[in-house]
Amino acid sequence: MSSNGTGRLDVAAIRKDFPIFETGIAYLDSANTSQRPRQVTGAMLDYFEHFNSNIHRAAYHIADVATERYEGTREKVRALINAASTKEIIYARGTTEAINLVAYSWGRKNVKAGDLIVLTILDHHSNIVPWQILAAANGARIEYVDIDDRGELRQDQFRELLKRSPKLVAFSQVSNALGTINPAQEMVKAAKAAGATVLVDGAQGAPHQGVDVQALGCDFYAFSGHKMLGPTGAGILYGRRELLEAMDPFQSGGDMIKTVRIEGTTYHDLPWKFEAGTQAIGEVIGLGAAVDYLGGLGMDAVRAHERELTEYAYEALSDIEGLTLYGPPPSRRAGVISFALAGIHPHDLATIADRDQVCLRAGHHCAMPLMTRLGVPATARASFYVYTQKDEVDRLVGSIKEAQRIFK
Amino acid sequence: MSTAADDQFYREYILDHYKNPRNYGRLDNPDITHEEDNPLCGDVVGMDFRVQEGVIEDIRFHGRGCAISQASASLLTERLKGMALDDAKKIDKHDVLGELGIQISPARIKCALLSLKVLKVGAYGLADDEDEV
Repeated sequence: MSSNGTGRLDVAAIRKDFPIFETGIAYLDSANTSQRPRQVTGAMLDYFEHFNSNIHRAAYHIADVATERYEGTREKVRALINAASTKEIIYARGTTEAINLVAYSWGRKNVKAGDLIVLTILDHHSNIVPWQILAAANGARIEYVDIDDRGELRQDQFRELLKRSPKLVAFSQVSNALGTINPAQEMVKAAKAAGATVLVDGAQGAPHQGVDVQALGCDFYAFSGHKMLGPTGAGILYGRRELLEAMDPFQSGGDMIKTVRIEGTTYHDLPWKFEAGTQAIGEVIGLGAAVDYLGGLGMDAVRAHERELTEYAYEALSDIEGLTLYGPPPSRRAGVISFALAGIHPHDLATIADRDQVCLRAGHHCAMPLMTRLGVPATARASFYVYTQKDEVDRLVGSIKEAQRIFK
Repeated sequence: MSTAADDQFYREYILDHYKNPRNYGRLDNPDITHEEDNPLCGDVVGMDFRVQEGVIEDIRFHGRGCAISQASASLLTERLKGMALDDAKKIDKHDVLGELGIQISPARIKCALLSLKVLKVGAYGLADDEDEV
């Protein structure tokens, strides 16, 4: 449907699967949340209209179908990131809940007073705040790896911090604010060699490039369905089985137990030990359809398309006077471009772009420590995905020039 | 792609107040000084007041941020200068939005009302409750 055998995405064909583009919007905010194709909403609607029922408990046909589809997503996700077993694939609401699960269930048991946690200045708040709360509760310390002038992590500083034997290293595979692609595999390898447990925030990684968690070597990998063509409310925590087995539950209650007696409770096996209460069944089924859709495109073709668009946009924006680009050159970044205009606040630009139906993000991108480090209150950000076409970048350039005309 | 709507949104006088803010700066030894920010977009507005016999004799604002937040603050200081405190207390969000004279989208309403928050929280010691603004 998609990559027509040449390894290139057929964007015109892809866009036909996304009804939202019939509205005429130029959508440049996929790092925030992606759009969803009919295949995804269709799979969800099928559940809601034809076999809506609870999973794992009812003894009738439609509940069997619901359970089968819900659990079917687990195998699709396992294959997508090459985990060793579906027992290592835990459903969570999104990256935020996945990281909170690790901070709570693993962190409270394993991080002790005086232990060091290493994060980075590039991280999203969802990979900072849970660790700050853990550190405050358990008396641990946090150090942040800084960036250089190109918005890339200072590997020399990272290596120095590793010499202090951190208990945990957690970092983003790709920066949501700058698009920086971190050398994740090298960083995981070095952190593991230093004895750390390693979590990789894959919210901006998994949707945009092939991921192999076994090759990556991390202990935990978290990502969100809604940034990869799936619905909100369905995300994934991958964890190495050995660690997950040793961890206590996160939330508790129905469905995560084996037996409950007045004297005490035994917990369910993996992965269900971490899935308390009735789950987001329709959303998880939608995520499965999204993984199928991406599989049809091929992650290498997805990455190649975004790289081409990023180079195109980078060049187009570089030509605009008074425009400052943040972050590394296009060859070392994902489909994210952060920038600022002299004399025009990002929110004013976003409002003017909105008049042209151009959806542009303006703000701190849930990365306030990074904004502070860059010395700016906010940036404008354009981000791309499988359905983005050059025409949308051209429309952004038109909006920028219009803003400059209004504010001249 | 100029449309009537955006030109109307960024009306000439709003841009004028943004580029040439009135009553901009600080007062020495103000009777009241207060600053508020909007972390979501990094807008900052602060105001210094000189109050004599219940009247705002002088006022200055400082800050940084988008055109809406800064123009709103500039417009508000023009209105407040020389005004009795009792009258200033009656200023509400409808007055501030009316003064701007444009349709503000829900996402930008906090930008437009940041200066009013400074006035309310700072000068009148009202609770930091956005519903009150």
